[in-house]
Amino acid sequence: MTEIATSILVVAGALFAFAAALGVLRLPDVFIRMHASTKAGTLGCGLILVAAAVHFGETGIVARAVAAIVFLMLTAPIAAHMIGRAAYRTGVPLWKGTVTDELAESSATDKSQGTD
Amino acid sequence: MMTEDGAILTWAIDIAFILLVLAMGLGFVRMARGPSLPDRVVALDLVTILAVAFCALFSIASGEAAFLDVAIALALVAFLATVAFARFAERRILRGPKSDQSGGGR
Repeated sequence: MTEIATSILVVAGALFAFAAALGVLRLPDVFIRMHASTKAGTLGCGLILVAAAVHFGETGIVARAVAAIVFLMLTAPIAAHMIGRAAYRTGVPLWKGTVTDELAESSATDKSQGTD
Repeated sequence: MMTEDGAILTWAIDIAFILLVLAMGLGFVRMARGPSLPDRVVALDLVTILAVAFCALFSIASGEAAFLDVAIALALVAFLATVAFARFAERRILRGPKSDQSGGGR
């Protein structure tokens, strides 16, 4: 029973990780690629860590796996935010199908209403 | 019955190893040809997260729980590397004399 649960979790996590990598390779622009890598990558890694916790089933190991998952979920959004801000501020071009760029609009209105 | 379950787990671990290695390969392809520096940082972030998953999977495959500690340490280092690279990319291009253009390779 434990083996079956571990197997399902492991394969699901690996599939999500593979989907994340596929998205990073195939999607058109940095921000859309980040969408694939951060969410699907974290979910895949978390599922495999849960599989490790289920497989061993001892308190210390479960605590370690949970600590790793919590740490991943705390840091992944921060890292993604910093990469996204760096990419936007250094002027990486957006995909040509981008519909709206609210940051550019708001900074434009700030400039037109500002002192200069 | 027990042996069949063990066989299922072995198969699942093999499949997962293959998928993770393929995913790392795709991440490295994006890292090699990403047009701008932030692309490469995103790919590096993904590859290190995949390495964390690989460590966890290897701890299941080998029955050594110690590899989970490796996974935790790798996750810490990955976060620091990503943040440092993001700040480096931002600052390097904002400080440069002719700033506005792209985030080109070099």
